[in-house]
Amino acid sequence: MTTDVIPAAAPSELHRKVKKTPRSQVARTVKYLLLIFFLLVVLIPAYVLVVTSFKSFGEALGPNRWALPSGLSFEGWSAAWSELSPALFRTMLIAIPAAVISSMLGAMNGFVLSRWRFPGANVVFTLMLFGMFIPYQAVMVPLLEFLPMTGLGRGVPQLLAVHVVYGIPICTLIFRNYYQTTVPMELIEAGRVDGAGLLRTFRSLILPLSLPGFVVTMIWQFTSVWNDYLFAVFLSSRDNGPVILGLANLAGSQIVPYPEVFAGALIVTAPTLLVYIVLGRWFVGGLMAGAVKS
Amino acid sequence: MKRKIRSVRTWGPGLLLVSPSILLIGFFVYGLIGWSANISTTNQNSRFERTAGTAADAHIGLANYTNLFSSPDFIQSLKHLGILAVFYIVGALFFGMLWALLLEKGVRAEGLFRAVYLFPMAVSMFASGVVWNWLLNSDTGAGASGLNQLFEMVGLGFLKNHWWVSSPTWGIAAIAIPAVWQLSGYIMALFLAGFRGIPADLREAARIDGASEFQLYRHVLFPQLSPIALSALIILGHMSLKMFDIIMAISGEKNVYTSVPMVTMWTLTGQQDFARAAAVAIILLVFVGFLVVPYLVHNARQEKNT
Repeated sequence: MTTDVIPAAAPSELHRKVKKTPRSQVARTVKYLLLIFFLLVVLIPAYVLVVTSFKSFGEALGPNRWALPSGLSFEGWSAAWSELSPALFRTMLIAIPAAVISSMLGAMNGFVLSRWRFPGANVVFTLMLFGMFIPYQAVMVPLLEFLPMTGLGRGVPQLLAVHVVYGIPICTLIFRNYYQTTVPMELIEAGRVDGAGLLRTFRSLILPLSLPGFVVTMIWQFTSVWNDYLFAVFLSSRDNGPVILGLANLAGSQIVPYPEVFAGALIVTAPTLLVYIVLGRWFVGGLMAGAVKS
Repeated sequence: MKRKIRSVRTWGPGLLLVSPSILLIGFFVYGLIGWSANISTTNQNSRFERTAGTAADAHIGLANYTNLFSSPDFIQSLKHLGILAVFYIVGALFFGMLWALLLEKGVRAEGLFRAVYLFPMAVSMFASGVVWNWLLNSDTGAGASGLNQLFEMVGLGFLKNHWWVSSPTWGIAAIAIPAVWQLSGYIMALFLAGFRGIPADLREAARIDGASEFQLYRHVLFPQLSPIALSALIILGHMSLKMFDIIMAISGEKNVYTSVPMVTMWTLTGQQDFARAAAVAIILLVFVGFLVVPYLVHNARQEKNT
């Protein structure tokens, strides 16, 4: 399922001959008006962010806050950039390896739990899945006590570790669904007849088929680690944590300089939004898998 | 399942390959939950509130829980959570279903509508909270800004309100707006995939039988979507219980209007009141468990039967 995402409407629906009565014309117009209305409503926050970020600090507090900027000001952008740029690199250092490692573990688990089962595999799978629904606060207090004992430094190393671990369930789920629908059991059996063991089957039969699965899990993991605020705020601080804490710091000041905060929000959002725009199809695949049902 | 149990030599390596993950999840999920539960029954509260003469790690039974449930602030935060969850779930289901219905038969530029409706899912909840803080500005007077100013501009001044500061109990419902904005596109995508997964013959057959469009949806299409509606409900349910980022970004901690257990848990942790912080988290875990465990068991059973 993971890659076909949302199929198009059936041709029979698209080209169904509906008599063009005045009533159906009105219904059609109303439908498009509604669609456009909701499109604009959904884009309101984006408009506010972009427009305000190019205003000068003074203009942002002016009488009409919805107006376009009278002239382009980069005051907010340069202030936000100097505040956030050091943390951007740290966030990459967490999000990219976390995405890669969780995906690898997920592929191995997904393969075994769907195509190389052991007795009790379904129970193990269900117990793993529960890990993706828990409120992470339920493990947070012990984590604060346990992580320093591991010798992992506060900030990037600790965050990388927790994101890898708590990313395992969703990656396992995505790969399990993926292998179940794309790798026929007969292929595995045929390999077995030829004497291929587990590792050889995984390496030479499964991995070459796995690219779409990896794209989905990597995007999913990258996005959720990049956007994470919960672990970041509990386990790190502004000087050693991800960029979201820099944004929190900007937004938390006494008098909020909106152009700066909004430019900051755009900087924080840019990487995941870029991923969404370029690889949207696979992003949706991850979302669908998140609904458990295949 | 009926196949004869193969030998350990066949499945053993598989178990071995999964074992690192089993150990990690075993410890970091189940082990740490147990650890949390244990801390929640101790006296690891802040120095100021510790019962005189007891050690920090002395077990005091369920005192932290009774303490929480007898605190009006905590009860208020649970009420907030309930109100927030209802508005969140109903709102996202409503708009998700509405958008899916508008799109499902195929419209021009469907890709554009879908992409825009879904884009908030790619945005960090905290970052969007920052802009919703601006949009939900509570000022309604001459200096109104945010949505209130927009309402004034388009002649809908009567819609102006104080948002989350309008009422200490019901104001929290305003916080559901950004959440609905963020999640509705996701729910739309789920329902849309559901509609498209229904075989076209089924519609044809119903139409040949003379079903009106309304009857077609009511009796043929909607029943097919009930598993998806259940998934959507579970997703929205557990996400609403865990709301944290958006509230921290919009109204911050220690705000009486928007107190919810997860924000309280953060405040308690900051005060080094670890036992009560853990207790709050365990209470929420139980809520999530009631919602999710039956669903996971149901799914596992169903899969076994197919």
